[in-house]
Amino acid sequence: MSSKREWLETTYKQASERPVRFSTISDMELEPLYTPDDVGGSYDDALANPGEYPYTRGVYGSMYRGRLWTMRQFAGFGLAEDTNARFHYLLSQGQDGLSTAFDMPTLMGYDADHERAKGEVGREGVSVTSIHDMVRLFDRIPLDRVTTSMTVNCSASVLLAMYLVVAERNGVPWDRVGGTIQNDMLKEFIAQKEWICPPQPSLRVVTDMIEFCARKVPRWHAVSISGYHIREAGSTAVQELAFTIADGICYVEDAVKRGIPVDDFAPRLSFFWNIHNDFLEEVAKLRAARRMWARIMKERFGARNPRSMMLRTHAQTAGASLTAQQPVNNVVRVALQALAGVFGGVQSLHTNSMDETLALPTEQAVTVALRTQQIIAEETGVTNTIDPFGGSYAIEALTDRIEREATEYIRRIDEMGGMIKAIETGYPQREIAEAAFHYQRQLEQGIKTIVGVNKYSTPEELPIDTLKIDPAIEERQVQRVRKIKRERNSVAVREALARVSEACRSGENLMEPILEAVRREATVGEISDVFRAEFGVYRDPGWI
Amino acid sequence: MADKRLRILVAKPGLDGHDRGAKIIARALRDGGFEVVYTGLHQTPEMIAEAAVQEDVDAVGLSILSGAHMTLFPEVIKLLKERGAADVAVFGGGIIPDEDAVKLKEMGVREIFTPGASTEDIVKWVRENVQARQ
Repeated sequence: MSSKREWLETTYKQASERPVRFSTISDMELEPLYTPDDVGGSYDDALANPGEYPYTRGVYGSMYRGRLWTMRQFAGFGLAEDTNARFHYLLSQGQDGLSTAFDMPTLMGYDADHERAKGEVGREGVSVTSIHDMVRLFDRIPLDRVTTSMTVNCSASVLLAMYLVVAERNGVPWDRVGGTIQNDMLKEFIAQKEWICPPQPSLRVVTDMIEFCARKVPRWHAVSISGYHIREAGSTAVQELAFTIADGICYVEDAVKRGIPVDDFAPRLSFFWNIHNDFLEEVAKLRAARRMWARIMKERFGARNPRSMMLRTHAQTAGASLTAQQPVNNVVRVALQALAGVFGGVQSLHTNSMDETLALPTEQAVTVALRTQQIIAEETGVTNTIDPFGGSYAIEALTDRIEREATEYIRRIDEMGGMIKAIETGYPQREIAEAAFHYQRQLEQGIKTIVGVNKYSTPEELPIDTLKIDPAIEERQVQRVRKIKRERNSVAVREALARVSEACRSGENLMEPILEAVRREATVGEISDVFRAEFGVYRDPGWI
Repeated sequence: MADKRLRILVAKPGLDGHDRGAKIIARALRDGGFEVVYTGLHQTPEMIAEAAVQEDVDAVGLSILSGAHMTLFPEVIKLLKERGAADVAVFGGGIIPDEDAVKLKEMGVREIFTPGASTEDIVKWVRENVQARQ
């Protein structure tokens, strides 16, 4: 048998090669073949068996043979009762956990009746202004049995407080409430761009929540360290991995600096990745992520509890990969992406609906997306054995390479003085914009293909039904909010908000004062206004 | 006309943070030979109209992915008119259904680009349809 080099110079050279660039969607060029020579490290050090450090092959001993991933479809639109009805529908269709999408005003800390909320109430998610909306949103949902994920960041402290007050009112003790709040402010400055205050005070609020949950809500994931939005903003797979892990390092450092022992909070840190089109790259990225996090937690932070080293993750198929053209093709994209996520060993998964590039999903579209996961889980047989790609020369070589390149990025960020400093200089933002522009150019030059868009396009297309949000919803919500503001005890609200202000200044943990403000019917916007007054307002530097 | 480079304001109204498209367009227009001013995120219609007048631009490109396009486009056009800048060409892009695009054009939006439009198409459109203001 020939060596790889001989093979490349003889057998491969004599065979034909299509005149295309053999690179991943992140433009990482691949070799024609990977062989045992391309795979470094011993099995025990680099891979190990599932449930064993460094968890490359999976965080749990039996993975999907023990328990399938949680099928968790992100949902939210209109008024709280509209989304509540969708929640009940999804649970009735076999979904295991809830995932809440809030509208832009809620996400940015504005009440529905604020000038800046005009035209946006209930559009991209559900409108939540006061505790009354939260009560309606989780009506008849058993909070001690269903876990809930809430995608919210700069106003996360208020929404978590509201959720806990709903539990309180329903007689569910906080130590039985389980779920996740995204609350990853660093990636907001890097990619998703929902913020109120500058990075430093934003980090302080996140750490307050990590500390509070570690003590009072032990089953809650106080932060979901998210690469998803970094990727959607146009990063490469390596950048997604590197910036996300670097964000994680920043949160751990800040909590440790506050004196919270690492093993007291690290087991509840969770992650959230994007699963894009490039199948092999995505499987490798997820495996590399687990190995990197395990090593960083053990070696850099001295964690001793194995659970602190396990990267447990939610994942979502790539929204940005969906096309408005020939939208039914999106079903296929989503299925393949979801399959990559499963080969990558995720704990929880959202599959996008085919119509999500056009509007929020219809019930029919979201059902197909959920069924896609059920087909993967129960028809394809891929869950019968753990990490079936483990030991593939190509996958192991890619896993090593992605880890190496991401580690290099993290080294550079460390040199800059950490992620907050890097964000302040615009480093990750610029790297992502550069990658997005590079990909766009490759698309326009035909180096990269999007089926139905820059290749195989058709002039006439059949429109598909999309969900329409009734514009009257905004007026109804505005009226509701005004009524609450008129009728509540305004002295009690003012006192509670003053307590939040004091805590902002004194450095006391913000969660108890925010909980009390929420109980007294203070709104998302009012509490966010306290942050604005005390911490200042962050403005987009507008780097191109 | 050839001696004056067109100035384009690329603006991102609304509360959402989807600036991938806006940044790519801003860069492509700049590479296409135009002077580009990018507002950054989270602009109100007032801020955009004010920036358009102050920067003396010939066109405003709005990037909207929040679903609020039916509110935001007409508002920007109205405010430009109030500031005596009705001749500033307003165009835009984002997730905008066809039926809304038709209505927006009736309201005075000069062109709407939807997902899949290439930066070349947009640069070409600006070159052919935007004139320097007198």
